[in-house]
Amino acid sequence: MPERGVFRNRWLPYLLVLPQVVITAVFFFWPAFRSLYLSFYRTDPFGLRLIYVGWRNFQQLFTSPQYHKVIVNTVIFSIGVTLLGLALSLAIAVLANQKIKGLGFYRTALLWPYGVAPPVAGIIWMFLFHPTYGLIPYSLAPYGITVNWLNSPTVAMLLVIISATWAQLGYNIAFFIAGLQLVPESLLEAASVDGASSFRRFWSITFPVLSPVTFFLAVMNLTYSLFETFGVIHSVTRGGPGDATQILVYKAYQDGFVAFNLGSSAAQSLVLMAIAILLTFVQFRFIERRVSYE
Amino acid sequence: MSGHSKRFLHGLLTLVLLLALMAPGVMAQRTTIVFWHAMSGALGEAVQYLVDTFNESQDEFFVEAVYRGSYEETMVAAVAATRAGNPPHIVQVYEVGTRQMLDSGVIYPVYQLMADYGIDIDWDAFIGPVRGYYEFQGNLYSMPFNSSSPIMYYNKDAFRAAGLDPEKPPTTWQELEQVCRAILEAGVTRYCFSSNWPSWIMLENMHAWHDQPFATLSNGFDGLGVELLINGEFGLMQVSKLAEWHKEGIYQYGGRGSGASPMFSNGDVAIFMESSAGIAGFRNTANFDWGTAMLPHWGEPYEKVNTIIGGATLWAMRGHDDAGNRGIAEFFKFLAQTENQVWWHKNTGYVPITVTAMEQLEAEGYFDEHPEQKTALLQLTHAEPRANTRGVRLGTFVQVRDIIESQLENIFAGLVSPEQGLNQAVQQANQTLREYQMIYE
Amino acid sequence: MSMTTRAEAGTPVGAGAKAAAVRAGTGRWAGMSATDRRNKIVTHLLLLLTIAVVAFPLYYAFVVSSHTMADATARPPKLLPGGEILNNYAEAWERTNMGRLLLNSTLVSLGITFGKIIISVLSAFAIVYFRFPFRQLIFWMIFVTLMLPVEVRMVPTYEVISDLGWIDSYTGLIIPLIASATATFLLRQFFMTVPKELAEAAQLDGASPLRFLWSILLPLSWQNLAALFVVHFVYGWKQYLWPLMMTTSRNMQVVVIGIQRLIPSGTQLPEWHLVMAAAIMALLPPVVVIIVMQRYFVKALMDSEK
Repeated sequence: MPERGVFRNRWLPYLLVLPQVVITAVFFFWPAFRSLYLSFYRTDPFGLRLIYVGWRNFQQLFTSPQYHKVIVNTVIFSIGVTLLGLALSLAIAVLANQKIKGLGFYRTALLWPYGVAPPVAGIIWMFLFHPTYGLIPYSLAPYGITVNWLNSPTVAMLLVIISATWAQLGYNIAFFIAGLQLVPESLLEAASVDGASSFRRFWSITFPVLSPVTFFLAVMNLTYSLFETFGVIHSVTRGGPGDATQILVYKAYQDGFVAFNLGSSAAQSLVLMAIAILLTFVQFRFIERRVSYE
Repeated sequence: MSGHSKRFLHGLLTLVLLLALMAPGVMAQRTTIVFWHAMSGALGEAVQYLVDTFNESQDEFFVEAVYRGSYEETMVAAVAATRAGNPPHIVQVYEVGTRQMLDSGVIYPVYQLMADYGIDIDWDAFIGPVRGYYEFQGNLYSMPFNSSSPIMYYNKDAFRAAGLDPEKPPTTWQELEQVCRAILEAGVTRYCFSSNWPSWIMLENMHAWHDQPFATLSNGFDGLGVELLINGEFGLMQVSKLAEWHKEGIYQYGGRGSGASPMFSNGDVAIFMESSAGIAGFRNTANFDWGTAMLPHWGEPYEKVNTIIGGATLWAMRGHDDAGNRGIAEFFKFLAQTENQVWWHKNTGYVPITVTAMEQLEAEGYFDEHPEQKTALLQLTHAEPRANTRGVRLGTFVQVRDIIESQLENIFAGLVSPEQGLNQAVQQANQTLREYQMIYE
Repeated sequence: MSMTTRAEAGTPVGAGAKAAAVRAGTGRWAGMSATDRRNKIVTHLLLLLTIAVVAFPLYYAFVVSSHTMADATARPPKLLPGGEILNNYAEAWERTNMGRLLLNSTLVSLGITFGKIIISVLSAFAIVYFRFPFRQLIFWMIFVTLMLPVEVRMVPTYEVISDLGWIDSYTGLIIPLIASATATFLLRQFFMTVPKELAEAAQLDGASPLRFLWSILLPLSWQNLAALFVVHFVYGWKQYLWPLMMTTSRNMQVVVIGIQRLIPSGTQLPEWHLVMAAAIMALLPPVVVIIVMQRYFVKALMDSEK
């Protein structure tokens, strides 16, 4: 029996997916395959010498204390950006979902940071934190608090987390606001009549409805912090001080494109791809599960 | 509008269009020389000025100068473009990329280029430390362009406020420490001194300045089997002292690269170690009386020799036709001309790279008016360069500097002891050097 | 994303949600108690405070961009705008060749946006409305690319572009970035929520698949397309590393890179007032797109829940 609402055509679907498939193959799979190939080699920067080294690039990576440190940094950074981003934007979205006048204005005023490119956000925040000119170190100095990201790994990490979170805030708020529209108002009202506190109402009614959005945003924010924050690190700390803000994607870039150790960089790309595929898989499984009981 | 004037307008318009169409045609007859550089801001404008002057001086070649981002980004772009078979004609590469370019097999050594195209350049007229840094087996492989050396800047007003003689900057580190205590005691500045380019100034140059080896095999000039020696007695003493001063607030770490400059121009420190090319910047930003002096020295038992250069050179890339190569050679010849070197020095603070340019500046009385511009030259020519003072040549220099600076940051943040940090740095750096050696040997 | 909450939408709870969403926009209360009024004032204040905090970095960037270099870095830091706005913006505009940068960024962003939307509509349509061998495989193949950031496959991708002769061209800046898993995925999710009866009806009427796509499906999805437009325009605008690698001439550079021109290499001090002026000019276009399209953007996200 033919499936409902499905067209039948032998060649049209292939024609339709062709542009996407061609671009994906040429610009994603071929380069990914080249990276896989390169990860077993040592090369000079200009690609004139190619020496097969087997698993050595991977071995070195996983036995290097520095790489372990970078993994830890990445975990701290990504979880920091994700948790801070989700907590702030959820709180803000709840505020911006009240029945008050001027909601349109408020929402617009909250969403715009999404338009700021991470490197630009980084430049602005770096100036705010600048050890010499910065408003933040200046304002805190009278209280005996020294804020200098150059000398403090903690401050440096905070700086990049804040810049990256700020630039992603609008995106998160938009999705939370959309998600909040699904919260059944009748239930909230009933609970209110029953005398449940607003916190309880949020926790037992609103939050469960929001959990799919939250999950989706958690994955998106992890992806964002793992890959797209390159510009923030690059324009602010460059991984320093020490290796304090060195994260996986930035190290892969630096080893590959500053130090020209393309083999190791390719190996690191593969590690990143593995993480990416894992995240995708988790998300996909989750989504398909939700869909399946429709 | 009358029919006449309408027709006239039409005619005019046609003429303009025709001219517009012809203009690129005229341009196209000139050979374009693509020149990638990493100079932004006022330096970028100075590069463009030289390029424009060259383009106006003849009608055979047209140099197209393109800013490609930072030094790192410029080199990445050059590597990527070369791998893809489209190298630029000329690329500006920072001094730390020298070894990689020498080994690359994709460059046209400048001495050979000039010889092949019959352009006579007096290589001996180039000043020693500049030539020495970029020479390979006795020949110059890249065209010296922007060279500088680190010097000491000091705030004369701060010296006065602390009751010190503003014309007597410290010449030794011991004096510097005393001066610093006086300045901090008088509460003139928040910290006493800082520095840009930590590895280049505090380690590479300090080793050379005291005739100490930074690495084995004549700092890497004699082979790829080079190993760092910065955890030796001298390096450990230098870094321990800095760490001690950092704890006391005498020294304040200000970041890699040129990130610390604002500390000096803003009056957070009274003394500042920075490239001589920083002069132009401080002229605009430091609104107090300041001067320059040679870097401090530890004195006995160390001999005071010469400092080493930093900056970048221009590399000619292979893979271009005859006209292109000749254009590169002509442009290099133009850059080496005395008048252009003089202009470049006056406008950027980079040292003039030829003795004739130096002599002309001297004859003009330029250094009497601008004594601060002479300090770097005095340091560079303080002694004839020798094994420890010619420079440093490492295949993975970019990484090595990163490793060193990252460990310095750990040391100053109090995470590791100077000894641990330097040992770590040497071990990590040597590992990268061995890997580099593996590729080329 | 839409799919994640679609399960609820099929239940009575979901129906209530829709009603709630309708009310949320229009709800007014006849009698408002004093507590309610006080709560509202608190909400207003909290929102204003939040906005102030979120917007402060931008405001401060603007303040810095309106002073002379000396004032911009003076202590105590200036908190009110100065009088150098015109001078600084004019200088930053000229020094960065801003007109050209903005033009390039606009063209590249629009190219990426429309390219992405077109190929994603086609492939999502194929995946939802046809059954063909390798359908799942193709979908997965597209989906995995979502997570292959351009940063980690730079050299090989650059080689491909170079072999195609696309270096320093709009084509090279746009084409590699138009493969989009997100757009394909979101459209797939949306198409799956469109009632099957519509396609059946179209088939009964003898409409061709493309006819159905053009006259029925696309009109239904325009709000999703508007949302995709916002997301991908912003995505295109934010690109940094790829344009940096791809462009070799000044005339092809995009604005996010152009700002870096003002942050000096080597030895000079950054002219922060100009950097901030350029930063503000660079972030204005995508921010304006977001502000103008915000309504459609959020609404499309809500609608995709239905």
